[in-house]
Amino acid sequence: MAGIAKQKLGAGYAKSQRGTEESPLAKWTLITIAMLFCLVFLLLPLANVFVQALSKGWSVYVQSLTHPDSWAAIKLTLLVAAIAVPLNVIFGLAASWAIAKFEFRGKALLITLIDLPFSVSPVVAGLMFVVLFGLQGYLGSWLQEHDIKIIFAVPGIVLATVFITFPFVARELIPIMQATGTDQEQAALTLGANGWQTFWHVTLPSVKWGLVYGIILCNARAMGEFGAVSVVSGHITGETDTMPLRVEKLYNEYQGEAAFAIASLLALLALVTLGIKTYLEWRQHREYELAQQSAAAESSDTFLESKSKNE
Amino acid sequence: MAEKKFNALPGFGLTMGFTLFYLSALVIIPIGGLVVRTLGISWSEFWHLATTERALAAYKLTFGASLVAALANAIFGTLLAWVLTRYDFPGRRFIDAMVDFPFALPTAVAGLTLANLFAANGWLGKWLVPMGIKGAFTPLGVMIALTFVGMPFVVRTLQPVLENFEREVEEAAATLGAGRLRTFVTIIAPTLLPPVITGFALAFARAIGEYGSIVFISGNLPFKTEIAPQLIVMRLEEYDYAGAIALAVVLLIFSFALLAVINVLEQWASKFIKG
Repeated sequence: MAGIAKQKLGAGYAKSQRGTEESPLAKWTLITIAMLFCLVFLLLPLANVFVQALSKGWSVYVQSLTHPDSWAAIKLTLLVAAIAVPLNVIFGLAASWAIAKFEFRGKALLITLIDLPFSVSPVVAGLMFVVLFGLQGYLGSWLQEHDIKIIFAVPGIVLATVFITFPFVARELIPIMQATGTDQEQAALTLGANGWQTFWHVTLPSVKWGLVYGIILCNARAMGEFGAVSVVSGHITGETDTMPLRVEKLYNEYQGEAAFAIASLLALLALVTLGIKTYLEWRQHREYELAQQSAAAESSDTFLESKSKNE
Repeated sequence: MAEKKFNALPGFGLTMGFTLFYLSALVIIPIGGLVVRTLGISWSEFWHLATTERALAAYKLTFGASLVAALANAIFGTLLAWVLTRYDFPGRRFIDAMVDFPFALPTAVAGLTLANLFAANGWLGKWLVPMGIKGAFTPLGVMIALTFVGMPFVVRTLQPVLENFEREVEEAAATLGAGRLRTFVTIIAPTLLPPVITGFALAFARAIGEYGSIVFISGNLPFKTEIAPQLIVMRLEEYDYAGAIALAVVLLIFSFALLAVINVLEQWASKFIKG
């Protein structure tokens, strides 16, 4: 009942809003300028990737992608993401459990430290690992004696990628776990569940969408990272070139179509990531609205109940 | 007594221990290693390495172009956030979702496609280059790439503020006879200022460290289109570790100072929303 009344009120309200709206001319001018900006900075760059990639036809496109060196780059990128993302997921779950479910001193400092990699320039991040593991670095001579390669090899690329994508999962999970509190876990424990059971059956389901959100963002960055990986990779063709590095190499060798062919795969990854992200946000928004509606319905129910009691 | 209640949950030792171990191994030790290595360089040598003429030119371009890009984002980002929250038009939802595209797109791809768009035979360069606007291999190209990379920040900090803005205040102003422009300047703009400044600072911070997209579009000419991160890479390729480290520390100090400013700004902005 209350809802219908509100809607009716709303309809009248919309009509009387002239004083708080711009003239149609101003409105459409603003929309046009904003859309021109989006055209130049969003849509044209995106469309250009695919048009350039396919400019020499489908067979050249497929050939560029299946070239052994490009194929090696694709496999390396998948491998690096397959190591870096799970590591950061485990860290994100552990850190958010410790931070959200317990009280301790220095929590704010810990959260700041976890966010720190976001404010370090990728190139500087790569340099840090060169300083630690490079030939002139702290462990350089020891690593050489034992014939362990980190810099200019896959382990260095993985380390740099883990550093760059470090905060993604943790910073998604911490606020969600803090918001859900500990009551449900307490209840599970009281009913006899052990710690792992509580985590698997109570905590994990309650944060699952936030976790997916964190994972796709982490994965997109891990596969697309350029600066940090560029510093530690050594650019050995077919061995330590990831997809973004391969794009640069082909571009510098004036093989535009081949560069754009690999770039198109990365752009596709970005679009898929964006699609999942938008879906998750839409879902969350809808859940929030449903929760509000049911809360409103509940309160009107109690209102009616109390009214009938009074009568 | 509250702490007693929390102790009922298990796993604090395990998760906290792992968190601290992982954080130390991957973040604190690498940053610490760089800092300790810097302490091994004498002050006068550090100063010399960090302020060579080539380095000064690189800082100037990095900070200058980042500032221009962040300003462009502040202006167009505000406009875009306004249009997306206030008006309904075909394609609004699509554009709204696409605003995050620069976050999702690998920077190398962004640089590649922008360099191609603004090159003399590109879709935009075809029209712009004859007019004397060269977007590829110029400082302008650096600004274009940085504008692309920082685009989502202002829009995304501003959108929730605009969505929660109380229309009643605008109605009151209109009822009292204020024109639309006056309402905007005196009522709406002051509320939008804190999130716009926060978004500006975030875009600026992101631009300072950016490397991937610039490499493609700038051409990396020393003294002309070479940015500071690019110079670090050059120094490393020359095996000039001390030179690379000195530049990296300057960037790092600046980034951390900016991070502190952003934290203060965010607190200020959130107070503004509540108050």
